[in-house]
Amino acid sequence: MNGWVHRIRDSDLYWSFTRSKLVVVSAAITLLFFIGAFGAPLVAPHNPFDLASLELTDALKPPVWIDGGDAAFLLGTDDQGRDVLSTILYGSRISLVVGFLSVLFALVLGVGLGLVAGYAGGMVDALIMRLADVQLSFPAILIALLIDGITRSVIGQDRHSDIAVFVLIVSIGLSYWVHYARTVRGSVLVERTKEYVLAARVIGLPGPLIALRHVLPNVMGPVLVIATINLALAVITEATLSFLGVGVPPTEPSLGTLIRIGNNFLFSGEWWITLFPSAALAVLVLSVNLLGDWLRDALNPKLR
Amino acid sequence: MIAFIIRRLIQSVFVMLAVGFIAFAMFNYVGDPIAIMVGQDTPVEQRVQLRQALGLDDPAPVRFLRFVGNAVEGKFGLSYRTTEPVANMIAARLPATLELSLVAALMALLLGIPMGVFAGLYPQHWLSRIMLTVSLVGVSLPTFLIGILLILVFSVLLGWLPSFGRGDVVRLGWWTTGLLTVSGWKAILMPAFTLGLFQMTLIMRLVRSEMLEVLRTDYIKFARARGLTNRAVYFGHALKNTLVPVITITGVQLGSIIAFAIITETVFSWPGMGLLFVQSVLFADVPVMSAYLVLIGFFFVVINLLVDLLYFVVDPRLRAQDTTGRGI
Repeated sequence: MNGWVHRIRDSDLYWSFTRSKLVVVSAAITLLFFIGAFGAPLVAPHNPFDLASLELTDALKPPVWIDGGDAAFLLGTDDQGRDVLSTILYGSRISLVVGFLSVLFALVLGVGLGLVAGYAGGMVDALIMRLADVQLSFPAILIALLIDGITRSVIGQDRHSDIAVFVLIVSIGLSYWVHYARTVRGSVLVERTKEYVLAARVIGLPGPLIALRHVLPNVMGPVLVIATINLALAVITEATLSFLGVGVPPTEPSLGTLIRIGNNFLFSGEWWITLFPSAALAVLVLSVNLLGDWLRDALNPKLR
Repeated sequence: MIAFIIRRLIQSVFVMLAVGFIAFAMFNYVGDPIAIMVGQDTPVEQRVQLRQALGLDDPAPVRFLRFVGNAVEGKFGLSYRTTEPVANMIAARLPATLELSLVAALMALLLGIPMGVFAGLYPQHWLSRIMLTVSLVGVSLPTFLIGILLILVFSVLLGWLPSFGRGDVVRLGWWTTGLLTVSGWKAILMPAFTLGLFQMTLIMRLVRSEMLEVLRTDYIKFARARGLTNRAVYFGHALKNTLVPVITITGVQLGSIIAFAIITETVFSWPGMGLLFVQSVLFADVPVMSAYLVLIGFFFVVINLLVDLLYFVVDPRLRAQDTTGRGI
C-alpha cells in the first residue's frame, strides 16, 4: 500500500500535476462535478423528476438572494416548479454518461477498425481509410445530426424518444471514431514490423490473436489521451444536439436540454433557468478540456 | 502542375460520388416514399403501379444514376413535411446562410488579423495576454452558449440588437439580401460574430505565431538595416509573408462555417438552410436531409479544390516541386 503511494508521488505525472495550479483546480472541479452528478439522488436537495413532489405554486421562483426567492430553492425554479440546482445535478449526470459512453463507443469502433486496417492492409485498409477521409472532411456535428435523423426515420418518431439516449450515444460515437482509427493504424504500421510480432508469427499464432494480444496493448497509449480530450468534445456535442432539440427528450433533460428549455424564458426575465445550466456546462467543459490538454502535454515526451 | 490538378479533380469527383451515394441510400432505403405520397386506404395495386411509374422497382445502379442526374439538375423531389419541392425550399434559404457565412468569415479576417499582428508584435503586452486567454475560453465553449450570452447582454439587458430573424430584406432577383438595410445589418452582427468567433481566434493565433516566426528571420533584420520604418517592416515585409497560410485556413474553414451555421441559425432563428436542416432532422424529412447533404458536400469539395489550386498560385515554392499532398 505504502509502495503504491510512493510510486504515485514519485512519478513524473504527479510532479507535473502539482506544478500547475490551474490543473489542480480543474481536476478538483471535475471531481466535484462527478460526485454531484453521479451522487445526484443523494446530493440534490430535490428530485426534479418525482412528479408528485412538484408544486406549480413553486414555479419560476428566482434564486435565493433575489427578492421573492425561497430558501428551499437555492438557484430558483423553472416553469414547472423544478429546483434548478437539482435539475443541473441530474442533467450533468446524463451529459456525463452520454459523453462517456459515446467516447467508449467511438474508441472501441475506431481502435477496432484502425487495428484491422493497419494489420490487414491492402483493400481493407484502403476502404476504411478512404471512408475516414471522406468523413473527416465534414464537421462531426453534421455527421451526428445526419445519423440521428436517419435513425428517426428508420425506427419512427414514437419509438425514437424511448431509445433517444442510445441513438445519441451511437450518433456521437460514429462521428468521432476517425481520430482513433487513424492514430491506431499509424502505430500498428510501425509495430507490425517489429521483432516481437515477427516472433509471434514464427511460432504460428493466428493473425487476429497477434493483433489483439500483442499489437493492441502497444498502441493504446495515445488512444487514451485522445479519449480524454474527446470527452469534452463529446459533452459539447451532446449539449449542442440536445439544444437543437434532437438529443435527449425533455423528460430526462441533460444540460443542453435544460439550456434549450430555459432559453424560452430569457426574454420574460427568468434568466436563471438558462444561465445556471449554461454556466455549469461551461465550467465542466473548460475543466475537462484543461485536464485533457495537461494529460496530453504530460504524457507526450514518453509517447514520442 | 497539370497532373496535380487532374489528380485533385478525380479525388473531388470520388468524394462527391461517395456523398451522393450516401444521400441516394438515405433517399431510397429510409422510409417509404409511396406511403408518404398516398393516403392510407390506397389499394395495393395502385401502390404497385405508382412504384413502377416512379421507377422505384428498377435495379439499384439505374436508380443511382437517375439520382445523380436529378441531383445535377437540382431535383431532389418533394419534402415529406411541406410537400413543396425541396429545391425551392433550399433556394429560398440559401441566400440567408451564404450571407451569414460570408459576413462571419469577413469578420473573422478583419478582426483576427489585426489582433494577431498586435499579439505578434507585442507578445508581452497585457492586451495580448488578455486576447489569448479570452480566445482560449471562447474556443472551448459551445457555440450556442456564446450566442445565448450575446442575446442576454445585447438583446435582453441592453436592447440594442434583435435576437432573431434577418431584419428587413431587399429582393434582388431570386436573391434576398439584408445587407442593404440598417435593420438587416443590426440583425446580422450577433449571429455572424458567434459563427465567426472560432475562425477569428484561429486566424489570430495563426497570424501571431507566424509573425513571431517571421520577425526572427534574416530578411527582417536586413530590412531594418536598410533603415526602413517600423510600419514598412511590419506590414510590408512581415505581415505579407504570414498571409499564405491565413488564406488557406480561411478558405478551408469557409466550409465549416457554412456547416456550423446550423447551430447559429437555430440560436438566432436565422431563416437559413441550417435551420431548415434541423427542422428536417426533427421531422425525419429525408429528401431535405439528403439534398442538404449533397449541397454541403458540394460546397466542401469545391472550396477545398479551389484552396488547393490557390495555394499553387500564391506560393511559388510549391510550383517548383511536384507535391502529391494536399495544401495542408
